[in-house]
Amino acid sequence: MSATTIETPAPAISYLTDGFTLRSWLLTTDHKRIALLYLGTITIFFFIGGIAAALIRYNLIVPEGMIASAETYNRLFTMHGVVMVWFFLIPAVPVTLGNFVVPLMLGARDLAFPKLNLASWYLFVVAGIVAVYSLLVGGVDTGWTFYTPLTTEYSKGHVVATVVAIFIAGFSSIATGLNFIVTIHRLRAPGMTWYRMPVFLWSLYATSVILVLATPVLAMTLILLVFERIFHIGVFDPAIGGDPLLFQHLFWFYSHPAVYVMILPGFGVISEIIPAFSRKRIFGYKFIVWCSISIAVISFLVWGHHMFVAGTSLYSALVFSILSYMVAVPSAIKVFNWIGTMHKGFIRFDAPMLYAVGFIGLFTIGGLTGLFVAALAADVHLTQTYFVVAHFHYVMVGGMVSAFFAGLHYWWPKITGRMYPEMWGRAGALIIFIGFNLTFFPQFILGYLGMPRRYHSYPPEFEVLNVLSSAGATILAAGYLLPLAYLTWSLFHGERAPANPWSATGLEWTTQSPPFTENFDETPMVTDPPYNYPPFEVVRGHV
Amino acid sequence: MTLWLPEATTSAPEVDYLIFALVLISCAVLALVFGLLLLYMFKYRAGSSVDRGTLAKKTWRLEAAWTVATLLAFFGLFVWGADLYVRLFQPPSDAMKIYVIGKQWMWKVEHPGGQREINALHLPIGRPIELIMTSEDVIHDFSIPAFRIKHDVLPGRYETLWFQAEKVGTYHLFCTQFCGVDHAQMTGDIVVMSDSDFEKWLEQNGTSETLAVAGKTLFMRYGCSGCHGGNGIGGSQSGSTVRAPALAGLYGSSVTLADGRVVIADDRYFRDCVLLPDTQRVAGYPPVMPSFAGQISEEDLLKIIAYIKSLAPEKPS
Repeated sequence: MSATTIETPAPAISYLTDGFTLRSWLLTTDHKRIALLYLGTITIFFFIGGIAAALIRYNLIVPEGMIASAETYNRLFTMHGVVMVWFFLIPAVPVTLGNFVVPLMLGARDLAFPKLNLASWYLFVVAGIVAVYSLLVGGVDTGWTFYTPLTTEYSKGHVVATVVAIFIAGFSSIATGLNFIVTIHRLRAPGMTWYRMPVFLWSLYATSVILVLATPVLAMTLILLVFERIFHIGVFDPAIGGDPLLFQHLFWFYSHPAVYVMILPGFGVISEIIPAFSRKRIFGYKFIVWCSISIAVISFLVWGHHMFVAGTSLYSALVFSILSYMVAVPSAIKVFNWIGTMHKGFIRFDAPMLYAVGFIGLFTIGGLTGLFVAALAADVHLTQTYFVVAHFHYVMVGGMVSAFFAGLHYWWPKITGRMYPEMWGRAGALIIFIGFNLTFFPQFILGYLGMPRRYHSYPPEFEVLNVLSSAGATILAAGYLLPLAYLTWSLFHGERAPANPWSATGLEWTTQSPPFTENFDETPMVTDPPYNYPPFEVVRGHV
Repeated sequence: MTLWLPEATTSAPEVDYLIFALVLISCAVLALVFGLLLLYMFKYRAGSSVDRGTLAKKTWRLEAAWTVATLLAFFGLFVWGADLYVRLFQPPSDAMKIYVIGKQWMWKVEHPGGQREINALHLPIGRPIELIMTSEDVIHDFSIPAFRIKHDVLPGRYETLWFQAEKVGTYHLFCTQFCGVDHAQMTGDIVVMSDSDFEKWLEQNGTSETLAVAGKTLFMRYGCSGCHGGNGIGGSQSGSTVRAPALAGLYGSSVTLADGRVVIADDRYFRDCVLLPDTQRVAGYPPVMPSFAGQISEEDLLKIIAYIKSLAPEKPS
């Protein structure tokens, strides 16, 4: 941004001014408006899940637990997990940023099935209402993993309502996945070959394949769970003829690929931002693209690594251990490629780039600690402790949520037509990075020392590290409230955004900010490879 | 605050070596990643006029190099972790067996001599010990951080865990599989004692009945002897009208089942015979054994198994 700002006039018409009635929003089939509906919904859930997280950390300040009742604590961490996984992390990037930019990046007017897109939001809202209902009437205390026979025969909570909520949310996921797959196949602009697509589209494609193939397995598993709980049909409980490990196999067959549903879109966002703020073509485009696809495939073959101490056979543990190392290889390749992209670039440090660099750092720590729990004998000691909690929060929160914020800041000018305040954006990125590490790094040590997860109270020798973690959580909470405040402020007072504030490549930057309902005046023709940033002599001349 | 965890078994230092190696590798990779990130962010910042030269056109060599390097490093870690796990998986045959039953929210321990404990486990030093564990309700997990081991405790089957304690002391026992409201209270003490102290402890806590003696009474009471004969000598020998297999000397031997499988008659096998007899029918015998599922408590069951184990092979007369 140059120092002397020329006020960009607001576009005469945009998708935001195309109708002001409630009906024009609630019955819209415009992917951009649906993206905003989703953004509002998942923000609410992020804060519900966040409040539960804050109360968890509050409880763990003292060894005997600040919250008197263990049952309340158990319900809190279950709600935290359920809300964050199914109502924030899985949908976050695809249904908001993906919904908004996929047609724009492809040079299309909308997704292939606009009405299905709206229907998926309604399904999500119904699921959300059922989830909030189960929360308000008392919640569940099974953990988000719903292990049987605890969940089917012993737990007193509102298991069925919660499970129904997740079941409905699954249909929303499948609808979105299907929509993206068909759109990417059918609605690419003339000249937009597969290898001219931005990496973000490849990532969402891989994500969508997992959503469509894995979510039905979760749906079936949840049906079996409800049948056993209500009708006592012996599926999982050995006391009535079931198999206690069957549930874990089925659950993780969905839930491990779902981990990649959460992180792959993040990889896509980072792959857009690093080249844009390094003014350089992405390093190893085809490697990054095929890494996304291979992650999607291998992710279906690693579920057993959640069960190394569960009582599965020796050979199954060996096979799942080596496959888990295999799935880590493409992630490592991506990290090297992002760093390669920055090499010899012209790097600017706007907020999206700071979030993206934070992502690389935190995701690398999350990935490396994944190697600990993939190593069989180390997993035996570390699994089911705070080490695992820290590991997946580094990937899911440090990685995924950072990527979500990176993408939100990057496309914010396009989505709202307003710039966010840059200094606040940078401050937010920094505070989140610091707060995150303070919260979760101590948990690696707690885990090595043996502190089990899901404990309402703990032996006194773990107190110092828990206090440290809780203190970090207050900084992290402040870090997450900051963007809520300044992004909301920018909606009304932010500087008007030009069509392409970052001088980035990609068709979404060729139309006005915010775009009008039809996206483009005429269908764009694509003649260039992706990330076609000018050679460095030209950039230097420009700078 | 302690940042140190005792290494109280023979295998604990080996697990720690593996974890420390992983820490070292992680630090090296992090130094590389953060180092390059910071270096490039400084050197190639937009305002810097450093010469960027020409960009490499072919990138596949670099890609191949870091892919192969990653693969090799990962394969090494896999072998290291797997080797140790395989050894932790297979208990030595001379291990002393102790029985553990988990229930919401306590641990019950039964020693072969009949000594019972709740939320505590007393052990001798320097002897391989095998825990045979089951649950009365939901899935629990028997975890001893100082031993670097844990294993899920499942309802409806026996899971085993073995170790050899090397340091006298009292260590934490945690349930680490979420098991309901008072999951965090399902803890206890693992007390490792010298051999002589342990013998003394066994004596002080001894009862008149060993597990096997108690099992003999139960063997009669549950009607096992009706078909398998008194002292488990077999149905036909005892004059019973039912032809049931002899049990004396069976423990540890191999058995050919009606479906052709050959299995070792261990604790797990006897448990399944009692609860799921149809799946374990011995070749040449009619399917007349009733299932005792839901009729017999876990504690009674392991006493009966201890009794069967104690039956000496039948002497040819």
